[in-house]
Amino acid sequence: MSGMSDIEKEIISDFELFDSWEEKYHYIIELGQKLPKLDEKYKLEEYKIKGCQSSVWLNGEEKQGKLYFSADSDSTFVKGEIALLMMVLSGQTPESILESKLEFIDALGLRQHIAVTRANGLSAMIKQMKTYALAFASQAK
Amino acid sequence: MKNFNVHEIRKDFPILSEKAYGKPLVYFDNAASSQKPQVVIDALSNYYTHYNSNIHRGVHFLSQKASAAFDEVREKVKSFINASSEREIIFVRGTTEAINLVAATFGRKNIGKGDEIVISAMEHHSNIVPWQMLCEEKGAILKVIPMNDAGELMMDTLPALLTSKTKIVSVVHVSNSLGSINPIKEIIQQAHAKGIPVLVDGAQSSAHDVIDVQDLDADFFAFSSHKILGPTGIGCLYGKLHLLENMPPYQGGGEMIQSVSFEKTTYNEVPYKFEAGTPNIADVIAMGAAIDYWNSLDREAIAAWETELLTYATQVISKLPSVKIIGTAKNKASVISMVIDGVNALDTGMFLDTKGIAVRTGHHCTEPVMIRFGIVGTLRASFMFYNTKEEIDALAENLEKAISLLQEKQVA
Repeated sequence: MSGMSDIEKEIISDFELFDSWEEKYHYIIELGQKLPKLDEKYKLEEYKIKGCQSSVWLNGEEKQGKLYFSADSDSTFVKGEIALLMMVLSGQTPESILESKLEFIDALGLRQHIAVTRANGLSAMIKQMKTYALAFASQAK
Repeated sequence: MKNFNVHEIRKDFPILSEKAYGKPLVYFDNAASSQKPQVVIDALSNYYTHYNSNIHRGVHFLSQKASAAFDEVREKVKSFINASSEREIIFVRGTTEAINLVAATFGRKNIGKGDEIVISAMEHHSNIVPWQMLCEEKGAILKVIPMNDAGELMMDTLPALLTSKTKIVSVVHVSNSLGSINPIKEIIQQAHAKGIPVLVDGAQSSAHDVIDVQDLDADFFAFSSHKILGPTGIGCLYGKLHLLENMPPYQGGGEMIQSVSFEKTTYNEVPYKFEAGTPNIADVIAMGAAIDYWNSLDREAIAAWETELLTYATQVISKLPSVKIIGTAKNKASVISMVIDGVNALDTGMFLDTKGIAVRTGHHCTEPVMIRFGIVGTLRASFMFYNTKEEIDALAENLEKAISLLQEKQVA
């Protein structure tokens, strides 16, 4: 737990308000519906992470040493997952993105429910975000 | 006619009284795997509690008891699909292994460069990939019977697809993603008229129809125990005896041999030739219990009830806004695949899950079917005789809620 950022801890405490999977589902859907739109120019094959049940388009941009992500998915739930990841990773330095273990994901009590998206999409999404971070980190050097 | 009362029959399946997130479980993922009656669960537990032992060649009490229980099941399967001899029944892990076995033995022996294999446009990946692997190895060609927009095979294309180069036809009896029941008997007749053997993928059909391999005149018929109320990890390949006898063995090991020396090994007779190693004894015995259970049911009444469920579900689901049913074949099993305008199937499936309703979303291991319909996946509800109309009402009601949640806010 010690390696977690304040934002991660905040998300965990938000989720502690929910008693059921149903409430968590509705919250994640809401986050997904609020996710800012991805510029159409990024909805291309080269930005696409193909999962078994959903696709994600992800772009990362560097501004003053920090990395900002924007993304979209055909699944609102996956968009909600993206929103959670972006709360933690977007606007951070490439180094801290690379170091982040994203331990909060396991603390949300969602493991069994997101297994299907996790196996196919979520881990690929995290990997892609870290790849962006790695690319920008090595560029900076 | 024996009595059929769905509420009575549900008592045979303990899992149906389980709760999901504190809500009554509605299980509509039967095409993926059926639930098990208590007698099947008991058979598994009894085996391990009272007579677990390796079979055949054992001189002791437990082994004799286990061997007898195991051997009896081959006879039960023979009757279940009306094979002419129990030697025509090979125990495998499931439909997938059954098809792979035929591709690896019959296929390797009889299919060569430039030969053709005919499958259909609605095959499960397990009836595509083994043949593609064989084609790659041998330089053979895979040909596909197309389907129309309703999800029915275009039978008028079949005569031209069956050529002097066709070495096998391998077709699904009932589509897992569309529910279409294929005119398998007619396909077999046409293939046989040209001397071509036919493998029938019976993974779905065996759970709904009474199977008669002799009446179908199928050369091979594959099915899985877990879809017909039995345990996972076991299934059967039926093959006509003269075909099996001419096929090389599948895997090498114990049980499949007659004698082994470093110079020469001779193989055991059919079906043991194809069953290397210690078999899945417990699951074979429990599959036997599942077949006994089927035999205790009124199959006609069950089929009628499943048709009623399908008709009812089709009616109520068709009325929902933005829902389109994919797979509208005239002859259909109790499966409803759907897409919802502007709503992702995965999101909908997860919404239903929060309500305790189990459906499946995605391509259902039939990606070519999804491509054919220009979609990425569907939400599929598949019914078994233990399902009720009240459960279908719950599905429809919650689908409507999912649509208004997921569609409305997306626009806003």
